[in-house]
Amino acid sequence: MVGAEEGVVSDREVILGKIRRALAADGNDVGRRAIVIARLEGTPRGIIPERGQLPQEERVALFTTMAEKVSATVGRIAALEDVPRAVAEFLRKHNLPASLRIGADPLLADLAWDGTQIAVSHGPSDGGDPVGLSHAVAGIAESGTLVLTSGPDNPTTLNFLPETHIVVIRAADIAGDYETVWDEVRETYGKGHMPRTVNMVTGPSRSADIEQTLLLGAHGPRRLHIVVVG
Amino acid sequence: MADDKARRPKVGLFVTCLVDLFRPTVGFAAVKLIEASGCDVEVPAAQTCCGQPAYNSGDTADTRAIAESVIAAFESYDYVVAPSGSCGGMLKIHYPSLFNDDPAWKSRAEVFSAKVHELVSFLTDVRGMKGVDARFPKTVTYHDSCAGLRELGIRDQPRTLLASVEGLELKELNGANVCCGFGGTFCVKYADISNAIVSEKTKEIAASGAETLLAGDMGCLMNMAGKLQREKRPVSVRHVAEVLADMTGDVPPIGETTSD
Amino acid sequence: MQITSPEFKQNARAALADPNLQKALRHVRSNFIDKRAKAAGALPEFEALRDNARDIKNHTLAHLDLYLEAYEDRVRQAGGEVHYAETAETARDIIRSICERAGAKTVTKGKSMIAEEINLNDYLEEHGITPVETDLGEYIIQLRHEPPSHIIAPAVHLTREQVEESFRKSHTDLAPDRDLTEPTELLAEARAKLRERFLAADVGITGANFLVAETGTSVIVTNEGNGDLTQILPRVHIVIASIEKITPTLNDVSQIMRLLARSATGQDMSVYTTFSTGPRRPEDPDGPDEYHVVILDNGRTGMLGSDFQEALRCIRCGACMNHCPVYHAIGGHAYGWVYPGPIGAVLDPQLIGVDKAGNLPNASTFCGRCEAVCPMRIPLPNMMRHWREREFERHLSPAVARYGIGFWAFFARRPRLYQWATRLAMRVLANRAIGKGRYTSLPLAGGWTKYRDFPAPEGRTFQEQWSARRKAS
Repeated sequence: MVGAEEGVVSDREVILGKIRRALAADGNDVGRRAIVIARLEGTPRGIIPERGQLPQEERVALFTTMAEKVSATVGRIAALEDVPRAVAEFLRKHNLPASLRIGADPLLADLAWDGTQIAVSHGPSDGGDPVGLSHAVAGIAESGTLVLTSGPDNPTTLNFLPETHIVVIRAADIAGDYETVWDEVRETYGKGHMPRTVNMVTGPSRSADIEQTLLLGAHGPRRLHIVVVG
Repeated sequence: MADDKARRPKVGLFVTCLVDLFRPTVGFAAVKLIEASGCDVEVPAAQTCCGQPAYNSGDTADTRAIAESVIAAFESYDYVVAPSGSCGGMLKIHYPSLFNDDPAWKSRAEVFSAKVHELVSFLTDVRGMKGVDARFPKTVTYHDSCAGLRELGIRDQPRTLLASVEGLELKELNGANVCCGFGGTFCVKYADISNAIVSEKTKEIAASGAETLLAGDMGCLMNMAGKLQREKRPVSVRHVAEVLADMTGDVPPIGETTSD
Repeated sequence: MQITSPEFKQNARAALADPNLQKALRHVRSNFIDKRAKAAGALPEFEALRDNARDIKNHTLAHLDLYLEAYEDRVRQAGGEVHYAETAETARDIIRSICERAGAKTVTKGKSMIAEEINLNDYLEEHGITPVETDLGEYIIQLRHEPPSHIIAPAVHLTREQVEESFRKSHTDLAPDRDLTEPTELLAEARAKLRERFLAADVGITGANFLVAETGTSVIVTNEGNGDLTQILPRVHIVIASIEKITPTLNDVSQIMRLLARSATGQDMSVYTTFSTGPRRPEDPDGPDEYHVVILDNGRTGMLGSDFQEALRCIRCGACMNHCPVYHAIGGHAYGWVYPGPIGAVLDPQLIGVDKAGNLPNASTFCGRCEAVCPMRIPLPNMMRHWREREFERHLSPAVARYGIGFWAFFARRPRLYQWATRLAMRVLANRAIGKGRYTSLPLAGGWTKYRDFPAPEGRTFQEQWSARRKAS
């Protein structure tokens, strides 16, 4: 593949050269570089909609409204230990299988599932799991969006393969806007670094590709249930 | 309004080629309305067209030549007014951009541009006209011509003045802000597509239930009138200035021989 | 895809005569416009966000070389590979060699206009690799061997009945008497069919809505979740994206994201916005082992520094075509290449040549609705006019039109001659229509009178009457 690699390198130089000629710019221009570095380091926030800039309780309420607007269902419980009961109730109410796939997230794995009738298994999904349970690291009130990060705690496949996706989120983790969540991601993973996958999920999967008729349950989950804790 | 004759602003009327050739009554209606707003009107002889046919065909040399002669003929007036959103937009928005490589002409074009107004918005926004002395006891609907609406922001102005016309009832047109399919040379170069677009428009016009269709641009009006008449739809078509100037008795509707 | 842009007029006529297409296009007219207006209206900051998004992209394009370098560094740090491709051929070769190295038999694909642009599916098939489109609309048109007719709703030209017919023809293993009258049944069938394909694929290819320089991340935005299954299940994930997808930071992406779905479908947010950075990490239980990004130029650097630079701000939301009266009349296929509608009328002449796509920038009424709704404030009508200028300069516009304009301009530049000539002409035109008020046919105006009557002039021109009045007073 040496030849191809050389070709790749040369296309890179060709493209960068064409860009610089078109812009009449110098790739070594210190001033231009400084401008670019300043933006990448400074990450200016831009215009943040007022909509989500609320005290926490109202933020949770807005999050709930927005998520329900896009056909998610939202329940709220006082404490983490209520999660198994809330999940069991949800599954029963909708006649869903009492079977749950969960990652290694300590927040979920350490819960007392024994008290429920639910069969809990752990790990990523291979497509055979009817219900996935995940923990979202953040929520965004502005649009009712969940933020999930990949890794052993919350395998990405759980977000997409099961027919039903249940997501637990702490009320305190619901931010007003996307930019606030990015600050947290930078804090957690280091500036310039990300987990392999960050999923922003806003409602269950859908398609309008047939005569512009909106239908739920395209390739991802047909049902998205959110359990807000606290 | 300033009654002091000496201080009445001077308006140069840019007649527009379609009004000049096909519908001179609109020109006289414009003169009447501008005078009623407290201005003196002159019509420079050295005008033909705003240059859009050349401009939209990519012929920049002819466009610039026409623009230069229009600017020269009109730059001494306090205001330049055109009974068309499309020609008004050409003069106001597009002329300055023709001279990006010629600073002297560019600044002349910008000074000129600041004086240019479409007729109805000139009456309301510049002259503060709130109503007119006119009668037209009919149901009308109004089409917002594209350039007037999106280049010059004309939407409420004609509706405000029409509301003061005695006997007139406005029925809003569904899709009033959608193009009628005229598009200058587009309507002959792409006649089939233009026809499909104007057919949608006449369907909506008929559905509005209005007796008369009004708009502020002759090109759109001739297009819609021609289609309505080909389809034998019983809707008359007039330029909004004819109604506002109370001159509907002076001339039959567009494309017709008997008065409405 | 095969270029039929030179036959634009014939394409348009065929489209206008196609009852299924005309029925399907009604949905574009009614749905997209209202939803966008509602979503934009509900966000008070929408207009300010448009300004900011325009500024972000302008800034990015002015420093594109440096942001590309920064992006590339971050991808490499995250364990991914970046490949540059100046042309479509190179991009295809790179993708094929990655697939071959992976021993790929089938590849799943998320919706990607760049893949359409480089004709990737045909090429992969020629090389024994089966591409499977997974977006529902793309899947439908792949079954029908058709190109997309819209950049976000590829099957928008089809009716439900046509989709049903295609499914029955292709899914021959299923019971022939099954009920498919409801769109939900069609969706369920496609979901089941594609689920097998997702799990079996060796390579997943997606496009990207953004490439983030801050973190070396590719971003895809979907509603179905197909893009995610495409990129997390196979061993290899290939992203194919063009140079202008580069966006400086995650915050910048978020600013533009607020415009994208609202402008496209009228949603506040699409269901899945996914940020992918490199291959799976050692501790990850899922995700691809390899992550490649192919960055394509294919003529775009030629737009930088030109009259068409601003079109590189485009985020492919489709709002311009959703609001275009010409698109509403003829749909996307008539444009004859990958990008239809107003943005296509600007991009296609650059990407396939104005000699081939010359009709596209001319087939516009300049109604300006596209520019009015473009989230990135791209001056689309002005750019179409720039193409017309180039065609005029290069004598590409039809001779009849050129002579017509020349003849007209000769008079228009000479007011006295013009007024004398028009005075005579209008008098003749008025006299011959006496008692009728209009013409049903007229020499030299066949394009007009084929479909409409031509209103007769009043008789004496305004200028003639005005100068008579002046003289009298």
